[in-house]
Amino acid sequence: MSDSHSTYFIPEPSRWPIVGTVALFIAFLGAAIMLNGSAFGTLILGFGFAAIVYMFAGWFADVIGESIAGKYNKQVDVSFRWGMAWFIFSEVMFFAAFFGALYYARVFSVPWLAGEGAKLITHELLWPEFIYEWPLMVIPDLEAFAASLYNEVIPAWGIPAINTAILLSSGLTVTFAHWALKKNNRSGLCWWLAATVLLGFIFVFMQASEYIHAYDELNMKLTSGIYGSTFFMLTGFHGFHVTMGAIMLLVILIRSIMGHFSALDHFAFEGVAWYWHFVDVVWLGLFIFVYWL
Amino acid sequence: MSEAVVHEDHHEHHDHKPTGIGRWLFSTNHKDIGTMYLVFALIMFFIGGAMAMVIRLELFQPGLQYVDPLFFNSMTTMHALVMIFGAVMPAGVGLANWLIPMMIGAPDMALPRLNNMSFWILPFAFALLLGTLFMPGGAPNGGWTMYPPLTIQLGDAFPFLIFAVHFLGISSIMGAINVIATVFNMRAPGMTFMRLPLFVWTWIITAFLLIASMPVLAGAVTMMLTDKFFGTSFFSAAGGGDPVMFQHIFWFFGHPEVYILILPAFGIVSQILPTFSRKPLFGYESMVYATASIAFLSFFVWAHHMFTVGMPLAGELFFMYATMSIAVPTGVKIFNWVATMWRGSLTFETPMLFSLAFVILFSIGGFSGLMLAITPVDFQYHDTYFVVAHFHYVLVTGSVFALYAGVYYWLPKWTGHMYDETLGKWHFWISTISVNVLFFPQHFLGLAGMPRRIPDYAVQFADFNMVSSLGGFVFGVSQLLFVYIVIQCVRGGEKATNQVWEGAHGLEWTLPSPPPFHSFTTPPKVTDATAHS
Ligand SMILES: [Cu+2]
Repeated sequence: MSDSHSTYFIPEPSRWPIVGTVALFIAFLGAAIMLNGSAFGTLILGFGFAAIVYMFAGWFADVIGESIAGKYNKQVDVSFRWGMAWFIFSEVMFFAAFFGALYYARVFSVPWLAGEGAKLITHELLWPEFIYEWPLMVIPDLEAFAASLYNEVIPAWGIPAINTAILLSSGLTVTFAHWALKKNNRSGLCWWLAATVLLGFIFVFMQASEYIHAYDELNMKLTSGIYGSTFFMLTGFHGFHVTMGAIMLLVILIRSIMGHFSALDHFAFEGVAWYWHFVDVVWLGLFIFVYWL
Repeated sequence: MSEAVVHEDHHEHHDHKPTGIGRWLFSTNHKDIGTMYLVFALIMFFIGGAMAMVIRLELFQPGLQYVDPLFFNSMTTMHALVMIFGAVMPAGVGLANWLIPMMIGAPDMALPRLNNMSFWILPFAFALLLGTLFMPGGAPNGGWTMYPPLTIQLGDAFPFLIFAVHFLGISSIMGAINVIATVFNMRAPGMTFMRLPLFVWTWIITAFLLIASMPVLAGAVTMMLTDKFFGTSFFSAAGGGDPVMFQHIFWFFGHPEVYILILPAFGIVSQILPTFSRKPLFGYESMVYATASIAFLSFFVWAHHMFTVGMPLAGELFFMYATMSIAVPTGVKIFNWVATMWRGSLTFETPMLFSLAFVILFSIGGFSGLMLAITPVDFQYHDTYFVVAHFHYVLVTGSVFALYAGVYYWLPKWTGHMYDETLGKWHFWISTISVNVLFFPQHFLGLAGMPRRIPDYAVQFADFNMVSSLGGFVFGVSQLLFVYIVIQCVRGGEKATNQVWEGAHGLEWTLPSPPPFHSFTTPPKVTDATAHS
């Protein structure tokens, strides 16, 4: 690895971007056909997903190969860092849209439907019975939502609190792994990483059991009005990101066991660690605003 | 010296151009990718333009003549989506690809493979979107803003529309990340931030807007998708949601989006005016700060698109004042452009003509925007042709004219040939006259109350509509001249020098015309003297 800016690295023409584009296209096409009610679409979607996995595997294999071959200099490393940082920022903004929806519902639309402010006439004309409370226990149009009414929501101080502890400790373990790597302590690196991966998957497992509990015992579903919508979309997208992050960590763990990374050169490790911290911070927002307050 | 030897090696290794279709499909070269972006944008400009021709044809006379109302609404919706996401944005990214590495003294973009994917997504995303024209229920027809509940009621086209937006968003975000990584990390030694050409500055800020706003749009359309197919209630009052919530989320993206369309145009004009005035740009630093302020403020003004939706009074007032405050940094920019030309030694080549027209006509669009920002009068203008006139002044005579100016300005650098100046001037004059015939009467139509997105109208609006349509047809046809000029220039013509224009300054003009496959294989040293004009 050279610190010099005076030699540039430019990758050779690569087939992975176009493979990725076509893979995404197939997946989107399949999903759209599926949603329009054709089972054939599901098949296309599955094929698209497989192609996406193939693209990631191939593309990253190329990059890892180039990295091991020592083709990258400091400048490439910094480009990757900027890329990852701004990618995470874009993810933050994606979650911001859903948090925005949650705040809008809690502060504006639900109180308005209950007659607050200048919206009394809406309330009187549409659903005069409806009252404002949060967590929302009544849905404005009770008839339309008869199949998904609930009397109870997931309380903050059960599984969610335990999950908070799990995710926060996984943030610590990944940092310990980083410190071990920087001290060239390979076994420390692998064990702390393994602990992080394990905690990540435990979190996903707990989240899944919470969903099962909500669906089977509380009847609180995605279709349960705005409370169910915001609850499941926010925690669902977060859970998906945790799963992705845990898979990424697993790849990093395998690479660590294979002896990749050095004390000075380990962008892939750091990029995934940043991603893991981002997932962690989003969870704190969820815990506070979705479960607790 | 030993370093130079290393570069020779490197140079030889990379400068053999890949050939055949693979050169384009697998490209990791900023110039080839830039060219693909620009060609794609031009093709989409004509597809979107054809849709505009259908609209103007139907509105040529009152009554329903040629198309049924549903298809007419598909045309207005698709025209906007194609022009915004297919023409203006890709053209801006194409220029960024071609120019940023050359302007900052880099060999290429920071993440060339990502760059390839950003481009190739576009044709595939538009295959999803344009395919809806042939689907049961027709193409999207609820307006490009996709408001629920209307858009949720679309036929088979609905999921295709949503996924096309997701796909385009992925492309934009990856492109923006690339621009930021390139400018932050690939600048030549001595190319400090305050020495960056203004085009590069406007693109960093545009990239930031893209990364901050496109994911929000993705979120909004995702909620719409789950509302339709998975029973969520984000935009349904029956479940505690609110259709107006979509408008808030959409316009949180939508207003920054209009700056995504115009900021690169500001950058282009800020490069061209100094060249043909033979004077440095007036107030370089204030230009940078004004651009940044416009971008920052753009996140706090979104609800000026929704004044008539029934917001609380405090909201109406806040968004009115916030919107009007954007006129301040915009005024700074206009002032600086005029001051750049003041007492300059001006010549009027085609890029300069388009830039001049930009300054004047964009200002008209800016002023009508200021009128629309005033809440009480917006109650009258909302959803009328006045709005249509306003955003076409800022988008056509603003963004598109600046893009034309930029293409004429850098075409000799890209191709190594001068374009036909006489034909360029013809293109300019025909376009400028016809575009005003096209859009200026729409101000009057709107003030008189003609609603937008309607295929028929009261007979009192007939005259101005006919005038507008005639202008539209001339403008549409005259753009073919541009295609001819570009093709002619690519195929031959007078050899261009390295500097091309007598008054041009900046690193891109130190390279040969056309430049080598990888712009700078050895970083140039930048000093105050060699930095931006
Ligand atoms: Cu706006």
